[in-house]
Amino acid sequence: MDKPLNNRAWFLVLPVLALVAFSAVLPLMTVVNYSVQDTFGGNQFFWAGLEWFEEVIHSDRIRAALGRQILFSAIILAIEIPLGIFVALNMPKKGVWASFCLVLMALPLLIPWNVVGTIWQVFGRVDIGLLGYALSSLGIDYNYVNDPIDAWVTVIVMDVWHWTSLVALLCYAGLQSIPDAYYQAARIDQASRWKVFRYIELPKMQGVLLIAVLLRFMDSFMIYTEPFVVTGGGPGNATTFLSIDLVKMAVGQFDLGPAAAFSLIYFLVILLISFVFYTVMTKEQETP
Amino acid sequence: MAAVAESRGRGAAVVMVLYLLFLMLPIYWLLTMSLKTNREILGVFSLWPQNPTLANYRTILTDPSWYMGYVNSLIYVVMNTVISITVALPAAYAFSRYRFLGDKHLFFWLLTNRMAPAAVFALPFFQLYSSIGLFDTHIAVALAHCLFNVPLAVWILEGFMSGVPREIDETAYIDGYSFPRFFVKIFMPLIASGIGVAAFFCFMFSWVELLLSRTLTSVNAKPIAATMTRTVSASGLDWGVLAAAGILTIIPGALVIWFVRNYIAKGFALGRV
Repeated sequence: MDKPLNNRAWFLVLPVLALVAFSAVLPLMTVVNYSVQDTFGGNQFFWAGLEWFEEVIHSDRIRAALGRQILFSAIILAIEIPLGIFVALNMPKKGVWASFCLVLMALPLLIPWNVVGTIWQVFGRVDIGLLGYALSSLGIDYNYVNDPIDAWVTVIVMDVWHWTSLVALLCYAGLQSIPDAYYQAARIDQASRWKVFRYIELPKMQGVLLIAVLLRFMDSFMIYTEPFVVTGGGPGNATTFLSIDLVKMAVGQFDLGPAAAFSLIYFLVILLISFVFYTVMTKEQETP
Repeated sequence: MAAVAESRGRGAAVVMVLYLLFLMLPIYWLLTMSLKTNREILGVFSLWPQNPTLANYRTILTDPSWYMGYVNSLIYVVMNTVISITVALPAAYAFSRYRFLGDKHLFFWLLTNRMAPAAVFALPFFQLYSSIGLFDTHIAVALAHCLFNVPLAVWILEGFMSGVPREIDETAYIDGYSFPRFFVKIFMPLIASGIGVAAFFCFMFSWVELLLSRTLTSVNAKPIAATMTRTVSASGLDWGVLAAAGILTIIPGALVIWFVRNYIAKGFALGRV
């Protein structure tokens, strides 16, 4: 199915282009501008070349934050994608019960991110939170404020709570598009449950899985508000992810130069990894 | 429940119940807290409020500095959804129907904006909107949120549109329809569920975003999420009111999902998303 070549289609794209250019290119130029200059307050700027980039690349603190960030995103993807698929496979296909599930599952997605943080901050507290109280009455020493491992577990469980439904809903949509005839054919062939999944459901979900993986990767890599509310990046620096570090630098210490260089590197890392995902997954799609 | 057990096995129902329980427990906890007084929250541990009170909600609904936060949030979210869908529709049509110079690069470039960390843009946005006099207006937040919502809307709509056979377009042109008339009269109803889903995602991402909306507003357009953080730090953690405010932020989202549930449930039937 070849699409016709038509360069007038550009006119249809123009509004989007103008809008996104206004809200992306202009600010990005400002960031580039800061990243190569130094300032001593006021409006005096001096050319600093690549100094800030070198500083950022060699900073141990930022390297540590990057390491934590990669670990976090890897754990999130490893849990949420399989769990999301699993939940989608178990969802009822139609009827009131299906609508009921859909509405309840979408609920966490529509809660403002700082409220998500607040919910888990309260939920995990040993004195007034259900989770914290239950765990400590079971004799488990749980305290996300002081213990780095507990803080990590809390942040990860919070993210799973928050976002698994997105993966599940997308997969569910993919599953719904499979015609019943496919399942009937599989039944006639007496295909096992695993084979139905592997050869019918998984290929049909590939498109939505691409979206799910990309979205989850990008958002978990940019996570800011939720861990900031729950742990504030602590204890120590245990849950200081890249965005938290960046905002600390840009707003807290007002180091515009290094912060801008940091932003650009951060952006490029996300771009690179997403591009790899995108290329790999669209390739698979083309060769069935 | 019985029908579910019959058609998909009891295991599936158990999985769903467990999963939904996991999702609902923290929200339930917030709800019970919003119905307790601060003394009860900090004093006794109980699974449900002993003396349910609506005092926390009354505090919020009678104080303009609280409830205007909701109004502000709703205004910019609706503005953003309308703008995003309006500009994304023709663009998605172009991507789904034609090849043109640089189309693939453009598509990927659009998506890269979805990948830009909001933290990166906070400061430059602040300067940009201040310099053109839009600081602390609803439209500033709506435009800023277009950064990630427009690419997403284009992506979703493109998927739905590609599921509509091109013969429909061609037949309409032969029948003498002009492009705008064809688009509004024939094409848009065909992808209605796609528009619903795209609008849902725009609403969602704009409603939950805090970093940009907080940076771009101070008083007149301050979103509810930011109001919460401020009041909490000023009054020394009023848990009850905080919980009530949190519960109230969940309601608009719950309403929206209720409206689009049929679009989603009908099953993205038109294509690959």
